[in-house]
Amino acid sequence: MAHVPAPRLRGTLRATAGALAGHKGRVLVTIVAIALGVALGYAVQLVNRVAVNEFGQAVQTLSGTADLAMRGPRGGFDEHLFGEIARLPEVAAASPIVEVEARIPGRDDALRVLGLDVFRAGLIQPGLVPEAAESLDTLRDDTIFLNAAAMDWLGARTGDLVPMQVGTQVIRLRVAGSVPAEGHAQPLAVMDIAGAQWRLARIGRLTRIEVRARPGADVAALERRVAAMLPPGVAVERPAAAIESTLRLSRAYRVNLNVLALVALFTGGLLVFSTQALTVVRRRPYLALLRVLGVTRGGLVGLLLVEASAIGAIGALAGLLGGYGLAQLVLEIVGPDLGSGFFRGLAARATFEAAPAALFFALGVATALFGSLAAASEAARTEPAQALRAGDEERAFGRLAPTAPGIGFIALGALLTAAPPVRGLPIFGYVAIACLLVGTILLIAHIARAAFRRMPVGRNPPARLAVLQLRGAPGQATVSLAAIVASVSLLVSMAIMVASFRQSLDAWLEHVLPADLYVRAGRTGDTAFLPPDVQQAIAALPGVRRVEFLRSERLLLDPERPQIVLLARAIDATTAPLRLPLVRSADLPAGGAPPAWVSEIAADVYGLAVGQEIVLPIAGRRVRFRVAGVWRDYARQQGAVVIERALYAELTGDRDANDAAIYLEPHASPDAVIRALRARIPGAAELETALPSEIRRRSLKIFDRTFAVTYALEAAALAIGLMSLSSSFGALVLARRREFGVLRHLGLTRTQVGAMLATEGAIVSALGLAVGTALGWVISLILIHVVNRQSFHWSMDLHVPWTSLAAFTATMLALASLTALVSGRQAMGAGVLRAVKEDW
Amino acid sequence: MTEESIGRSFAAGIVGVLAILASCAAVAAPEYAEVRPGVALVFPRDDGAHPAYRTEWWYITGWARDRSGRELGVQVTFFRNRPGVAEANPSAFAPRQLLFAHAAVADALHGRLRHDQRAARAGFGLAGAAEGLTDIAIGDWSLRATDRGYAARIPAQGFTLDLAFRVTQPPLLQGAGGYSRKGPAPAQASYYYSRPHLAVSGTVTIDGAPIAVEGEAWLDREWSSEYLSPEAEGWDWAGINLADGGALMAFRIRDRHGGTLWAGGTLRRGDGTVRTFAPHEIAFTPLRSWRSPRTDADYPVAMGVRAGDIELRLESLMDDQELDSRATVGTVYWEGAVRATGGGRTLGRGYLELTGYWRPLKL
Repeated sequence: MAHVPAPRLRGTLRATAGALAGHKGRVLVTIVAIALGVALGYAVQLVNRVAVNEFGQAVQTLSGTADLAMRGPRGGFDEHLFGEIARLPEVAAASPIVEVEARIPGRDDALRVLGLDVFRAGLIQPGLVPEAAESLDTLRDDTIFLNAAAMDWLGARTGDLVPMQVGTQVIRLRVAGSVPAEGHAQPLAVMDIAGAQWRLARIGRLTRIEVRARPGADVAALERRVAAMLPPGVAVERPAAAIESTLRLSRAYRVNLNVLALVALFTGGLLVFSTQALTVVRRRPYLALLRVLGVTRGGLVGLLLVEASAIGAIGALAGLLGGYGLAQLVLEIVGPDLGSGFFRGLAARATFEAAPAALFFALGVATALFGSLAAASEAARTEPAQALRAGDEERAFGRLAPTAPGIGFIALGALLTAAPPVRGLPIFGYVAIACLLVGTILLIAHIARAAFRRMPVGRNPPARLAVLQLRGAPGQATVSLAAIVASVSLLVSMAIMVASFRQSLDAWLEHVLPADLYVRAGRTGDTAFLPPDVQQAIAALPGVRRVEFLRSERLLLDPERPQIVLLARAIDATTAPLRLPLVRSADLPAGGAPPAWVSEIAADVYGLAVGQEIVLPIAGRRVRFRVAGVWRDYARQQGAVVIERALYAELTGDRDANDAAIYLEPHASPDAVIRALRARIPGAAELETALPSEIRRRSLKIFDRTFAVTYALEAAALAIGLMSLSSSFGALVLARRREFGVLRHLGLTRTQVGAMLATEGAIVSALGLAVGTALGWVISLILIHVVNRQSFHWSMDLHVPWTSLAAFTATMLALASLTALVSGRQAMGAGVLRAVKEDW
Repeated sequence: MTEESIGRSFAAGIVGVLAILASCAAVAAPEYAEVRPGVALVFPRDDGAHPAYRTEWWYITGWARDRSGRELGVQVTFFRNRPGVAEANPSAFAPRQLLFAHAAVADALHGRLRHDQRAARAGFGLAGAAEGLTDIAIGDWSLRATDRGYAARIPAQGFTLDLAFRVTQPPLLQGAGGYSRKGPAPAQASYYYSRPHLAVSGTVTIDGAPIAVEGEAWLDREWSSEYLSPEAEGWDWAGINLADGGALMAFRIRDRHGGTLWAGGTLRRGDGTVRTFAPHEIAFTPLRSWRSPRTDADYPVAMGVRAGDIELRLESLMDDQELDSRATVGTVYWEGAVRATGGGRTLGRGYLELTGYWRPLKL
């Protein structure tokens, strides 16, 4: 470009900008599409950053200056371990903790209560030492201290009584002051460790010990020494590791959201491609003129790329602002866990983050550049003399669709679906989807040509003209087709995946809720339980035929991972298929290790197969089980294992229960049983009763909330699809003004030209919808069987939502025809007749 | 209704009311053992802890000297407290007995008190005060009986004390045979004995450098359930090992206006004869005060003490011997090594304790 005189270049740029200004609508749509992708990606990033920060700070407050932390099952471990650990010569300070999720009557969330020894916590976790007006209150067993979030959440002040459900009883603790707990944004309560052990039914148990090593001590050596002292199921770790293991739980979810954002960007890029291709085609004579006037090929490409990056930059900037706003909105409405439920109770504000902002800005600009690269190089390659001739546009379109690589991409995509996950993430699954998408788009021109050739030519002049036009110049349609196929396939695949998931969840709920009535000590928290006398009383209620009680606990199998859920219930080899939605099972030889049924997630994460042995640390002992079956579980993301309750009670001496599944006599009414329960059982006011239908409804509601983000993205994909449709039709129609003029001169009415355009629109969209839906179906299979399986480890049955897909297809078709028609109307003003003269 | 049945139901009602009252009492106030006059102290039993009482301490203060003649003040104190909470709690962590410890080294070369503290609830073999003999520990800090006296091992922040205290004299019973009144009400009293002229030997390690020392110390043992009257602001106390083998203890409890609420003292002469002073025979006269730059508290670090016809002038080894124990017992006090002079001669060495000058003391 060096030999282009500067004033002329400036003039050229000005002229180009002027040309772009003439395509205001399309440029705007392109900017919006890029902004949308950038906004989604940036928002996911910001929200996630907030969640990670919040969580990290919370762990920091809880662990303070500890070098090591010991933790085990949710129900805790024997407190004698504390004395042994604290006496180690390398240990400078040890802080014992009883952590309990206390159920607050009438609340959906439990309150996290830490029972601390203030003298020891003061040495390691000074942020948790209560601020009491009366210092003795920190030692009493009927007092509690709340952080600001807990005060807020409970609406409590110093001096108030906070009720908590323990077993089926309600105790009341006096708020005697506050806990600073800087950086801990969730509600948190602190009380004396002895009070917590006694009042919250944890006598003799600890859930954590935080340890600080002596200055100069070898922490790694201490870690090994401590590890050797720990009973089964208790692990020692560095506090930072706790952050990682919890964040790992939500990583797959975050990555999937980020991929969705990239998909939005990709769609935006496609839109840039279609817009740029069309504007380049539209400006062919003009660009050729620039070449004639002395602008080099490189100069022309540079010019077009500058144009594209300007569009990309504006879109990306708008996207960053939008993403920041979106993040703020999501944090306020859904919370930093994006509705996934991983970080309960976190509340915070997003802060502008420079590094991800730069990344997403670059992505936005790059998308625009790549989108326009093909069109720019095509414009540059063309000989000016040829381009200045009329009717050359079709040739240009032909070159925009490379042929051979398409099949290669599709084949590669098919191969990649068989690849294993990378660090627990379905990277190759995503690449496979991208390959299929790119391959199909590359082949779309061929598909279109083949389809149009086989299309019958009707009698009706407008329809006939439409088909002939498409046959004669299929290239123009392919650009619109590419955009439609991309957005439709992504939308259809997500719709099928979500519908399959929802349907599978519904079927699963039906399977796991076979009883007529469910009684829970408390849905949240771990202080509520049904003691044996209450269990007996429930079984003896009139109208009750049979009751199955369930006890749940959390065991630490691997310190790198969150605790697994242990479910102890009445079950054996014969009843297992009825009680659990088994996906695999086997008959175990009698007399061997007792059976255990593991969830799909547990089977995947811990590499368990049917028939294999599994060792569970129960009551401080290593107990051998054999995997008798693998069951589908959508409820416990950290994995679950079911064992016989009688065995659990024998091992632990724990005969309490969390839930009761009640089977009624044939003619008993659930309401009557609930009334009897409330009337006869002490403390029954705090028990939660639910019919299976209610639980199902509630679960599906939670599902819908969790997938709210996905629904939003689906809507975004739809919007992008429609925008690209209208944009490309608009451009097409503008490009064909001369043709319309000729048609009008030949005697066609405006209505007939409109009908022709609508028909063309309908045909192109129908083809796009057909190919997009087919591709979407294939992608949904990859989402279900590869991406979801590898990210979340749960399987689901394919369920195609025919009705909503049909409705969606019909709407798209109608909108496409309408768009074509409207675009045609705009283009067919008085100018059309004059446009014919442009060539002469 | 027969008379008999009325009587029965009446009795049942009474029993019910009594049960309720008893349970209220159990929750409201723990039953602390009471300090009474006329109870003979028995050794070594009374060297050990008395967990039924509210407050108790083992208080060693002394002067130590290295071979070069450098003089150090040394303090090792263990406190036992029964806070009267969680007494019915079956948890092994129930804070029925709390233990605190303060240790300090006064070094005129350093100019400021080196001190450290510990606090813990008794239990898990990590902290406790044994009954029947001297055996008290919080983690790796300990004070234990030996064949010839006591041994303290205190590895602290910036210094470590590893000292033996040999008993050279019989215990000095304070007040009326160990019953020491602290206020106008007879219950405001403690059991109190001292062991003056303990022969100190061992090592004081300062900033990693061990210093072999010898010297003389004083042990105070005191336990009570009601120590201070509510009007009391704090106290001044001095325990002096006199050069002639005698020992003088004097204290006064100040009211909120700086006046004397109660006072007492005991002199054991070199020949072993003991004189107990009545409150009016004791007087403390501030001679010079020092303001702490950390807390702004003013301490009378030079004090005139009169006990009967004895007049002593106490001069501190160094001014800054303030001990900030807010982290453990919630107060700041001055506990300093002092020289006792009279008639231009050094008559003894000991410690002066000034409490309630930062804020009114609460035990």
